[in-house]
Amino acid sequence: MSSIAQLLDQAESAVRAANDLAALDAVRVQYLGKKGLFTAQLRELGKLPPAEIPAAGKAINTAKQTLEAALDARRATLEAAQLEAQLAADALDVTLAGRGEAPGHLHPVTRTLRRMVAILGHAGFDVQTGPEVEDDFHNFTALNIPEDHPARAMHDTFYLSSGLLLRTHTSPVQIRALQKHGAPIRLIAPGRVYRRDYDLTHTPMFTQIEGLVIDRNVSFANLKALLYDFVSKFFEREVRLRFRPSYFPFTEPSAEVDVWSDSGRWLEILGCGMVHPNVLRATGLDPAEWGGYAFGMGVERLTMLRYGIDDLRSLFENDLRLLEQFP
Amino acid sequence: MRINLDWLRDFVALDADPVVAADALTSSGLEVEAVEPAGAPLEGIVVAQITAVERHPNADRLSVCTVDDGAGKLQVVCGARNAAAGIKAPFARVGARLPNGKEIGAAELRGVKSNGMLCSAKELELVDDVDGLLLLDAGAPVGTPLREYLKLDDAILEINVTPNRGDCFSVLGIARELAARLEKPLRQPTRPPVPVTLDERFSVELQAGDRCPRFAGRVVRGIRTGLKSPLWLRERLRRAGLRAIHPVVDVTNYVMLELGQPLHAYDLTKLDRGIVVRLAAPNEKLMLLDGKTVDLADDVLVIADGRGPVGLAGVMGGQSTAVSAATDTIFFEAAFFSQRALAGRARRFGLHTDASMRFERGVDPTQQARAIERATELLLAISGGRAGPLVVAERPADVPARPAVTLRPERLESVLGLDVAASQVEQVLARLEMPVERTAGGWRVTPPAFRFDVSIEEDLIEEVGRMVGYDRIPPTHGTATERLGTATETRVPSDRAADVLLARGYSEAITYSFVDPKLEKAVDANAVPVPLANPIASDLAVLRTSLWPGLLGAARHNVSHQRTRLKLFEIGPRFAAESDGVRETAMLAGIALGSRAPEHWEGSGPAIDYYDVKGDVEALLACTGRRDEFRFEPASHPGLRPGRTARILRGAAAVGWLGELHPDLQELLDRKRPAVVFELELDATFAATVPAFRGYSKFPSIRRDLAVVVDAHTEAATLVDAVRAAAGEFLQHVVVFDVYRGTGVDSRRKSIGLGLILQGTSRTLTDADADQTMRSVTLRLERELGATIRTQQN
Repeated sequence: MSSIAQLLDQAESAVRAANDLAALDAVRVQYLGKKGLFTAQLRELGKLPPAEIPAAGKAINTAKQTLEAALDARRATLEAAQLEAQLAADALDVTLAGRGEAPGHLHPVTRTLRRMVAILGHAGFDVQTGPEVEDDFHNFTALNIPEDHPARAMHDTFYLSSGLLLRTHTSPVQIRALQKHGAPIRLIAPGRVYRRDYDLTHTPMFTQIEGLVIDRNVSFANLKALLYDFVSKFFEREVRLRFRPSYFPFTEPSAEVDVWSDSGRWLEILGCGMVHPNVLRATGLDPAEWGGYAFGMGVERLTMLRYGIDDLRSLFENDLRLLEQFP
Repeated sequence: MRINLDWLRDFVALDADPVVAADALTSSGLEVEAVEPAGAPLEGIVVAQITAVERHPNADRLSVCTVDDGAGKLQVVCGARNAAAGIKAPFARVGARLPNGKEIGAAELRGVKSNGMLCSAKELELVDDVDGLLLLDAGAPVGTPLREYLKLDDAILEINVTPNRGDCFSVLGIARELAARLEKPLRQPTRPPVPVTLDERFSVELQAGDRCPRFAGRVVRGIRTGLKSPLWLRERLRRAGLRAIHPVVDVTNYVMLELGQPLHAYDLTKLDRGIVVRLAAPNEKLMLLDGKTVDLADDVLVIADGRGPVGLAGVMGGQSTAVSAATDTIFFEAAFFSQRALAGRARRFGLHTDASMRFERGVDPTQQARAIERATELLLAISGGRAGPLVVAERPADVPARPAVTLRPERLESVLGLDVAASQVEQVLARLEMPVERTAGGWRVTPPAFRFDVSIEEDLIEEVGRMVGYDRIPPTHGTATERLGTATETRVPSDRAADVLLARGYSEAITYSFVDPKLEKAVDANAVPVPLANPIASDLAVLRTSLWPGLLGAARHNVSHQRTRLKLFEIGPRFAAESDGVRETAMLAGIALGSRAPEHWEGSGPAIDYYDVKGDVEALLACTGRRDEFRFEPASHPGLRPGRTARILRGAAAVGWLGELHPDLQELLDRKRPAVVFELELDATFAATVPAFRGYSKFPSIRRDLAVVVDAHTEAATLVDAVRAAAGEFLQHVVVFDVYRGTGVDSRRKSIGLGLILQGTSRTLTDADADQTMRSVTLRLERELGATIRTQQN
């Protein structure tokens, strides 16, 4: 018996000493293989007196099981170590850049326009569009700006040789939409407009968004409420606004709206007013029944205020160093 | 319009702080864009008198003056030629600082001590004057700071007068607004008429109906020549932005600024017989004051004398009768010309004058005689002379009437959203000089003669609103008619298309709709762009027929700023000439150049080529759900590289282009990195269909691959179409998985690998089904396209 115990002891030492799976396998073969030492012991059993055989056999089997358990445990340990070594060897530099394209950048003017449309769309304003090459009627006459009206000097107009013109504002969309859909209506009309002007604060093309509400019982107080809400939501803060009486031929009364800026100044952001009865008449509506308000904003101006861009012209250079600042 | 407060105070009492007046004007609709000081501080500069002048011993051009500055007598060296004993001039004491920053110190000039400096107007940034010392009036008190004497603490308001308020192009008009807004009385100084000491009239005949219903005139003789207007008058003109020229001209300008009534003065000796106000005859010409000759037409109002037109009525006088330095006899004109008579006329001749601006916007038809009186009074005080009687020619029936306008309280409240007390309405209108009469339904309001912008009820509502203050109107949400929006699926929204491109690395550009005709021509020599009649610059002179010129410009800008890789897109209109006008088409276009991938540690791949951008275009087309309707056909375009250009078709309609930039254009951009561009018509491309669900087969599919050798010019699409046509009902999908030219394939031919995915809808396909399909496919390819089958793999 003691020889079995000794053998097991010896085998267990060998298991502990095996440092890799191959060495461990050699230990298994040495002790448990067909020609292994325990196998040899079993073969020797027959030489014992019959009465001793069961006990001796049991002792050998118990030792074998113990050894097998030790082998399995050692194997698990070694396998885990091997996997760990493999994984360590396969480690990546997780800080290196990933593959593929980063998204491009929406132009800040479009970004602003999308926000404006989203904010106003929530209040039921439908987006309408109109042509950029306009005729005199829609751009001026129907908006209560007859030929030779001094207000035309406010719009330095680009003309085409055919007598058509590039619209100077998005207001003609008011006329087209009213002619097409009639009242009541709630629309916004974003788009490019053109004026013959180029300096620090003017580019010959810029973007406007026009708003129009025609309904029964619409007041200047409603216009004020809408614009307060709009400007507050646009800047994501409570704003101070100043409604200054002004003049647009297509609204009466008219106002320009200034917002109080962080720099401690009033900054003009939009023009608005109650739709002039002549505009309603030009589109076949009876001013006694229908009324409404209109407003127009320069999208670039609001973009510049929102993001602190100081040069209007930079918005049309399409310099990626600017665009990339708008994720 | 520039107006100084000191002048306004002649008509209305004002607070010392100019901001009070500025805010009052801004909040009543006359935006004050700037408040400027009337002059530099001029510390240490006083009124002084030269008591003696001697020649400088060592310099011909200098003189040595004894100056009394009120504190004592000082020796001052002076270079001005007009330095003379007895005159009064500004004197900068030692220690004073000139507006240009120069500090005056005690100096020695050519060996003579100088204790201060006598100053010219220019050195003090005052009236734009001739060289020499600024001569002050004999009565100027010696020792008084010049700032005080010239009232330089005065402020100048720069006011943006809207085109409806012609009445506010004057000191009187602005004062009237201030008086109404600040609830102060308007002072209208009453002056005794100028004594008439000359019995001479000059005939005026009005032949133009309501275009000119009133014309006041007066002869003045015996004007002393060679004089200058007094400093105070010149200063007021300067503060209004005008230059003093000659007392007669200065006086007409002064009265125009003060009362808003343009005046004109003729050299009477150059006028022939009498004046007639009439429309021009068709072929008449007139040389204007500025030397320009204009061709008149029969809708142009002129002032004519016996020989012909001598002035463009309400715009500019003629040269032949202009006053000169030698003029001693004049005829003053103060007329009323109607807005209709003047509308657009000045502009037609490329003119924009102080007079035309006022007449176009409306001039008070009642102030002509007053203006002549005021001008005569000023002129006689400056230059002496004898005035003839004030003669007014008029056609009273043609003077514009001011019909009363009805105002109803309920309408006022419904438009403003504010209930204004009846008494307040009446007070406000009274302050605006609008007589109010109560009626059963509200009020009858008569606008004053000077207000051309009040003719309907809304105009009165605005008047009440702005006088009460827009800030008093409470923001109140309206109750809108309920209307729902739309969310169509029959078109891919352009935002979605933009988002697809953004996700694929494109950034958005916004470029001008007008472009350089040369670039436009380089991009598409066949296109005929619409020119602008009045472009702002020669390189922005035509409307774009494609978005590519703008994108090329944007790409070039970035390349020139060290960008080596970029992808840009733009959504916007292009313009094409059509027989009945201009057709606008909304486009989506893009440009890409540089490496396929951003620079990366594994390498950034080869340069972007046709197929990279085609992938981007295909991603866009896929948004429609009808990718199968689109085809790319080999084509040629002047701006694109031959052999690498595709027309994009949807069904039979051409909807866009894709291709590598033509080498000639590439030159303009970046020689090293070929650019690939595309352009799609938005409406035609992005019409979409509502997805209609189709059940899918639950049986497994079979893939069969086929390698065929075809002529090198055979397009993949032709091959795929042939496969589709031949394969029958089991074919679900065909993919080109390989294209090979080289060893083992005839150099004029190429090998194409095709993968066919087959599937049944009612049963699992057998090998026999697949074999049958592949037989018809190979047969078709052999017969129609001369294909040889290289391998076939099950």
